[in-house]
Amino acid sequence: MSTPAEATTTKRRVDAPLSPPWSQQGLLEVFSHRYILTLLVRREIAARYQSSVLGLVWSYVNPMSQFFIYYFVMGILFGRAQRTEAFAVHVFTGLIIVHFFTETMNAGTRSIVRNKALVQKMAVPREMFPVASMLVSLFHVVPQLMILLLATWIAGWHPDPYGIVIGVIGLLISMTLGTALALMFSAANVFLRDVSNAVNVLTNFVRFGVPMMYPYTLVAQRFGGHTTIYLLNPISEAVLDFQRAFWVGATSNPAHTAAMDMPPGLLWLSLRALLISLVVLAFAQSTFTRLERRIPERLL
Amino acid sequence: MKRQDDRSIVVRHVSKTFTLRYHRTIKQMSVAMLRQQELSNSFLAVNDVSFTVRQGESIGLMGLNGSGKSTLLKMINGIMRPDSGKVLTRGRIAGLIATGAGFHPQLTGRDNVYLNAAILGMTEAETRRKFDSIVEFADIGRFLDSPVGHYSSGMFARLGFAVAIHVDADIFLADEVLAVGDRPFKKKCLAKMQEIRSSGTTLFYVSHAPGSVRKMCDRLLVLEKGTLGFDGPVDEGIKYLRYDDDDDSDDPELNEESMDEELGADI
Ligand SMILES: Nc1ncnc2c1ncn2[C@@H]1O[C@H](COP(=O)(O)OP(=O)(O)OP(=O)(O)O)[C@@H](O)[C@H]1O
Ligand SMILES: [Mg+2]
Repeated sequence: MSTPAEATTTKRRVDAPLSPPWSQQGLLEVFSHRYILTLLVRREIAARYQSSVLGLVWSYVNPMSQFFIYYFVMGILFGRAQRTEAFAVHVFTGLIIVHFFTETMNAGTRSIVRNKALVQKMAVPREMFPVASMLVSLFHVVPQLMILLLATWIAGWHPDPYGIVIGVIGLLISMTLGTALALMFSAANVFLRDVSNAVNVLTNFVRFGVPMMYPYTLVAQRFGGHTTIYLLNPISEAVLDFQRAFWVGATSNPAHTAAMDMPPGLLWLSLRALLISLVVLAFAQSTFTRLERRIPERLL
Repeated sequence: MKRQDDRSIVVRHVSKTFTLRYHRTIKQMSVAMLRQQELSNSFLAVNDVSFTVRQGESIGLMGLNGSGKSTLLKMINGIMRPDSGKVLTRGRIAGLIATGAGFHPQLTGRDNVYLNAAILGMTEAETRRKFDSIVEFADIGRFLDSPVGHYSSGMFARLGFAVAIHVDADIFLADEVLAVGDRPFKKKCLAKMQEIRSSGTTLFYVSHAPGSVRKMCDRLLVLEKGTLGFDGPVDEGIKYLRYDDDDDSDDPELNEESMDEELGADI
């Protein structure tokens, strides 16, 4: 073997075409690399709370503590719990969406920088990393939904088909918009680390800018007639959708609650929100594609 | 017999510009602006490089530190894109660019093997089939299930090389893979690379050691500050580099050194 005579070298025939070595980029390309995506998601779930005693439990402690704070401050201290029926359910449904969305955005923003070892190793669609962050956050939604279902079932909730449909749309909205922002910020964060700080600020806006700690009726009353801007934020619709799906059915008179506390034409508003999210996603993809070329050389 | 296109790598007029310094804070930027400095100064790390490699050729790539070897390799395996020019490759590429890159320090050796193999294009079944062989080659013993961050740099490199070498690649890139390995491991790696070479895989080997390049390669490229200074037979290229000045010396100490060079030690 140490005498590599020309003669012993076998001729290898490669049938693949001569093509550029870089990987096809783009969101759709991510799903043709499903195996890597699964590994990334699995490892992210495992790594997120590594070397902590409570481990995965932390991903419940965090939203649960938020829930109790909101419930206590808004519900008890500001007295919303008396005025809004099933206020705990109201807060918790909103929190599921908000927490999923902000987690996607925050973890997504850091995803490429965190995975720089892999980014610099081989040519893979780099959209993979923010998408994996979104899927990890989605994974954590499942047990929260379980808790919600249990709680609403005890409160006497009856699922209705319309509610289910609109709940799914709500989740789709937050998935789409979450992925879009994660995509955009993950690339931007490579160039400017300020981005992850800006995202923290944005997270606070999201928490207070959607009808989670307060009912939508309050917004409609205070800004009477000027709710357009409020409803332009797709996450508002996502939260309302989830509340339509779970909270409305848990109140004593669902039909009355739906008429009183939901904006009229919620289905259309939601479809519009989904469309807005898709447009943002398209914009995010084009931004990502533009920035992506220079990502490997800017990662330290 | 029909003549078949056996080009494996085509590099045409490839250039890559890097920015020397990225101004990161507003303060720095405004200070630079006030002093009327240019905000960024760029330089060509790879400058108009062209060559073609046929399938099965074994190419050595040499040049001083900072001459653009790693950058060129990164463009060949598609991590970086050239600013101008064209890179074309045929088939599956595997390899190791800069020692041990691509491991997640928090993950165990085992998980890293799976993740790395996947990134290099191996399927789950393929990885499982080759797993024992990979572990045996890396020979890191009971550290397999401890986090890679706690590995010694040699162990890190061993595992990285073991994964890369088990990909059934058509093109294999090796950038200073042997820099931190111990002597037995270097021997093993060189033997393995010879094996790969004789299986008809295109080999791209970056090293500062003329001895190992001489053994391993049948053609040498020399980069000089980003431009391709030499492309031809290995011996001639090493003369061109003037790396072999003291190779024939009788000095025992230097002989010792040239022994090491044969094993691919880096100077
Ligand atoms: N991401 C980057 N941003 C800015 N400059 C870079 C970057 N990567 C490399 N360079 C510069 O490009 C030049 C070539 O680097 P490269 O790593 O290709 O050298 P090399 O030939 O591999 O050197 P060595 O023998 O030390 O491995 C160096 O001057 C280096 O500082
Ligand atoms: Mg290098």
